Amino acid sequence: MRAMIVGCGRVGAGIAERLARAGHDVTVIDLQTEAFSRLEADFSGTAIRGDGTDEDVLRRAGAEGVDLFYALTEGDNRNILAAQLAAETLHIASVVAKINDPVRAEAYTALGIATICRTRMLVDALAVHAGLPAQPDSQGVSDATGHDHGTAHEGATMTATKA
Amino acid sequence: MYVIVVGGGKVGYYLTKELLAAGHEIVLLEKDPRRARQIADEVGSIVLARDGCEGKHLAEAGANRAAIVAAVTGDDEDNLVVCQMAKHHFDVPRTIARVNNPKNEELFRHLGVDDIISPTRMILAAIEQEIPVHELLHLARLEGGELEVLEAQIGEGSPAIGRQPADITLPDGCTLFVLIRDELAQPILPETVFKIGDKVIAITRTECAVDLHRELIGATPVLRVSG
Repeated sequence: MRAMIVGCGRVGAGIAERLARAGHDVTVIDLQTEAFSRLEADFSGTAIRGDGTDEDVLRRAGAEGVDLFYALTEGDNRNILAAQLAAETLHIASVVAKINDPVRAEAYTALGIATICRTRMLVDALAVHAGLPAQPDSQGVSDATGHDHGTAHEGATMTATKA
Repeated sequence: MYVIVVGGGKVGYYLTKELLAAGHEIVLLEKDPRRARQIADEVGSIVLARDGCEGKHLAEAGANRAAIVAAVTGDDEDNLVVCQMAKHHFDVPRTIARVNNPKNEELFRHLGVDDIISPTRMILAAIEQEIPVHELLHLARLEGGELEVLEAQIGEGSPAIGRQPADITLPDGCTLFVLIRDELAQPILPETVFKIGDKVIAITRTECAVDLHRELIGATPVLRVSG
């Protein structure tokens, strides 16, 4: 499997290493070369310095035809742009955007993007720890729930779309 | 008209002032409180120190009754999110995004942004018009970007030299519109014979630009400088 990861922070580096160790072909993109120091010394994937929200950079890095695309930078909006580029322009089937603002995460889930929201996950974990009931949909990657207005994404190239 | 401007940089600042002077009702959202205060000192309380990317702040600014939301920050990703939130959560009839990377124009349009302003492309167009290269010049886009108005200069090596419009094979959706010869615009008639130095203005579907290049300029189509 080929995977592309935009943003080599703790999360990006972590999943990149896990995928590479499992034998997958991984490319990580980050604006800062220093970010790659988070990767272990024997990381078998490719690290590319560049702007992962730039179509040209993504194409040069070989984004076309990858099986997985994870947008995991520190900026919600950068992840939103990168994810939509990946899905709509590069037609990558499996795309996930990290969106830490829960409101925005919900909005983009409704717009057809699979999202993962750290805030929601942490709040839920703590709520469970405190003895409150778990929220059924608040863990892990939320599937895209579909199109709320039907104006955008008419190409229906987004996957993971439930009715 | 009620307009929400997001981004209080140079563009947002002057845009707000001009719109105010024209008598429109404006709210400016600028997330940096210092910058917001600075602008508010000059234009009054229409400045909110809020991040326009967040739905609740757009709601606070009255996005549900805005005729236009203009996202003019320096970051393409922020402008996209503002326009998508405005469109999908507040049904704003018209959203305008400033786009710095010309490659983003098509994606933004596809994602439902109504108007896209690209300073990069505008300056590029101005430069292209100054340099007589053997290239198609992109003059304007119509119909939400599906049609383009192009100018082709017939130079040496053009296969069109000595030919009439009927001899030139063009795909459907591509029309030769007007001829500029000796600095005079004239209609392209069936009996027109193209010669060196002619400029032909054509309207074409974006994907037919390559055919137009081959027929009027010749040689291998050079890839467009801009997206």
